[in-house]
Amino acid sequence: MKRAVSFTCLFLLAAAAPLADTPLPDAAAEADARALMEELRCLVCQHQSIADSDADMAGDMRAIVRERIAAGDRPEKVKAYLVSRYGDFVTFDPPKTGANIVLWAAPLIFLVLGALAAWRLFRRRAA
Amino acid sequence: MKRAALLVPLLMFAAFVALAVFGLGRPNQRTIESKMVGQPVPDFELAGFDALHPGLQTTDLKQGTVTLVNVFASWCIPCRVEAPQLKALADKGIVVHAVAVRDTPAALRAFLDEHGDPFRRIGMDIEGKAMIALGASGVPETFLVDESGVIRRQYIGEIRPAQVAEVLRDIDEVRK
Repeated sequence: MKRAVSFTCLFLLAAAAPLADTPLPDAAAEADARALMEELRCLVCQHQSIADSDADMAGDMRAIVRERIAAGDRPEKVKAYLVSRYGDFVTFDPPKTGANIVLWAAPLIFLVLGALAAWRLFRRRAA
Repeated sequence: MKRAALLVPLLMFAAFVALAVFGLGRPNQRTIESKMVGQPVPDFELAGFDALHPGLQTTDLKQGTVTLVNVFASWCIPCRVEAPQLKALADKGIVVHAVAVRDTPAALRAFLDEHGDPFRRIGMDIEGKAMIALGASGVPETFLVDESGVIRRQYIGEIRPAQVAEVLRDIDEVRK
């Protein structure tokens, strides 16, 4: 009886996403998986990556990342899978397209505007 | 003209402050809509809960009936609040299936005994894989699946009493 109980416990422990917190045996694959986890957003505690979060759902997502990378998927493909479910919000490194391009271009645009203003001001002073 | 030009930096600063105030006022937790709405149900296959509730897999949602798929868990408090509404929908003849996330048979049994059991099928999603495949980011969430197995709507959070009529209307619309 006691044995049956401990066996059940073991089964329960083993059942909850075994790869959530177990590194992959292949160090290179584990490094790929870790890098991807760092840039995926935990959807429960949204300002943490799934690598940092203790939420159960982050564990489930880490397990998916490790499983798919162990199965030979490229990290981009795993990321694409999650983006196809949750959109770009799930990644901390959104693509530089669409409305996002404004964020990347804004500093350059302001730099150019500032340089133009300065140039005009100095030219007028010199004249 | 020159006077007006002097005002430009001030206006830009005011715009920045307005943006910051607006941004700070927004909740910093946002609800994430599934990108699977409008898509066929993804591939998954979940083991069943008991003899009365067989497992749930993709083909079960392509049987020519409109179905609700309730992603829930016995450990989830809002799911208890939602239970009577699901029961009301099931009583109206709506087929309600469940994806039980990270649950144990004993806890699930207790939950169904206490809060009622509107479910035809219950898939045990021990590792949250089906939840993620559906694009759900928590529990409870409910997906409305049409006759051909396309996800047509997602209800995030518990379905409240006032929402039951809305869900029934959505189902009617999908049936057309």
